[in-house]
Amino acid sequence: MSILVYVENTDGKFKKSAFEAVSYAKAIANQTQNQVIAISIGNVEEAQLSQLGKYGASKVLSVNTEQLKSFVNQAYAAIIVDASKANDASVVVLSNSFSGKGLAPRIAAKLNAALADGAIELPTINGQNLQVKTGAFSGKAFSFVALTSAIKVIALNPNSFEVKESEVSAAIENYTPSVDASDFSTIVKEIVRATDKISLPEADIVVSAGRGLKGPENWAMIEELANVLGAATACSKPVSDAGWRPHSEHVGQTGIVVSPNLYIAIGISGAIQHLAGVSSSKTIVVINKDPEAPFFKVADYGIIGDAFDVVPKLISALKAYKGL
Amino acid sequence: MKILVCISNVPDTTSKITFTNDNTAFNSAGVQYIVNPYDEIALSKAIDLAEGGKGSVTVITVGDASTDATIRKALATGADNAIRVNATPRDAWFVANQIAHYAKENNFDLILTGRESIDYNGAQVAGFVASLLNIPSVSISKKLDIDGNTATVEREIEGGKEVLTLNLPAVIGTAEGVAETKIPNMRGIMSARTKPLDVIEPLEVAQLSQIVKFETPEPRGTVTLVDAGDVEKLVALLHEKAKVI
Repeated sequence: MSILVYVENTDGKFKKSAFEAVSYAKAIANQTQNQVIAISIGNVEEAQLSQLGKYGASKVLSVNTEQLKSFVNQAYAAIIVDASKANDASVVVLSNSFSGKGLAPRIAAKLNAALADGAIELPTINGQNLQVKTGAFSGKAFSFVALTSAIKVIALNPNSFEVKESEVSAAIENYTPSVDASDFSTIVKEIVRATDKISLPEADIVVSAGRGLKGPENWAMIEELANVLGAATACSKPVSDAGWRPHSEHVGQTGIVVSPNLYIAIGISGAIQHLAGVSSSKTIVVINKDPEAPFFKVADYGIIGDAFDVVPKLISALKAYKGL
Repeated sequence: MKILVCISNVPDTTSKITFTNDNTAFNSAGVQYIVNPYDEIALSKAIDLAEGGKGSVTVITVGDASTDATIRKALATGADNAIRVNATPRDAWFVANQIAHYAKENNFDLILTGRESIDYNGAQVAGFVASLLNIPSVSISKKLDIDGNTATVEREIEGGKEVLTLNLPAVIGTAEGVAETKIPNMRGIMSARTKPLDVIEPLEVAQLSQIVKFETPEPRGTVTLVDAGDVEKLVALLHEKAKVI
């Protein structure tokens, strides 16, 4: 038996979420006396692959073909299903990333496996069953899902499990899967990556702003603050609805749910739908000129003041602190 | 083009979330139910695609008779007909099997779902249905265009976007950006009463997972206010106390 973990790469490099997934798989493996087998698909160099040993993978299956360089949902799912069968996997772990959300149900369906997506903690083990804590009601609650099938699939939320080092050295194997031509009916035409942007779901720090900013022309100071902090930028729903910022930055119940170490909300009053999407942030700072703004009720730190006065001062103070 | 839109009946976004029976069941008392906001985007896109006689829109939901008001809202918004699978949804696998079974028998060109539901937040149904039907899927699309037998989809990726094409039939999970949400008008509301809403009985499906309990988050502590003229203090607190910078 084994725990199979799919490690996602971005342009051949693994990100923190991949190491989180391997660490998570290793922690399950430790409790179930299994080994962790990682599978990587795409053009990833050996030096990258061998890093996975550091987090607990004893074997790395590398699928490295030109045809599979870009993410193709069906083909990737078929390969992961094949590998999990060949390695007698009892649990398949992957990151609940944008791609992971597409892959996880396809893998689970083919393996007749129960799926827990959005896992935020290590599962508790009860005989053959696993119980997984996941977010529910967009952060307003948590649910504990019992997975009772023979094989289980768990998609781990980014930033939910600490990266842990283990003393394991990974054996790297080239893996040649058999894939059907019909698995390639999806064709990737174009990938556009904003290289200077920090990905919102994975960010440690998020700087978010709302209608209090009055217009899209005032976002330069939000971006500057985010730059100084190495943070991702986000916004409230009215802001993305008004077209001031892209929908991909909308954080909240009907947008992206985030759980960074630090969430700074500027000019956002804190409607219940917005709070639902950010309440699992570890530290929340609120800057708002309305002392009655509901956001202050969930904030750790608050400044009652006008964003146009406070944010430039905060940028200067942070620059001084960082020696910039 | 025949389009199937999967809709979920969820608590209104302003609902306070509480549980009963030792935190094992959602407390629906006093809760207003709505069409899942992401499914509204799917429905609005389907109506746009079918506009002017270019297609038909069927909505499907899995639920008991209490979900009829939500289905009628979808009909009022512009769907042509509706199917209700008469069962309380157990999990996404159960729901997806019901949808896939119906879809298989009725040959749809396109199946749209919301990218997730705002109650259990799983992004599972699109992938499950596609896998059961052995057709392509995209779970979170931000833009969707159909040209003949080909769908061009923009999908969000970490720090960017990806443009892909896929052959129909396919299952697409929709998010903001795909369509402007439509609101039913008076004519729609009147005509919804006479549109067909068929109730069908569910398939037996093996249960693979089950929610055994719920928890609500610990209340957060009280806020520490910092004077607007003393932002250096905030920086110091974030560094020394919260240890986040």
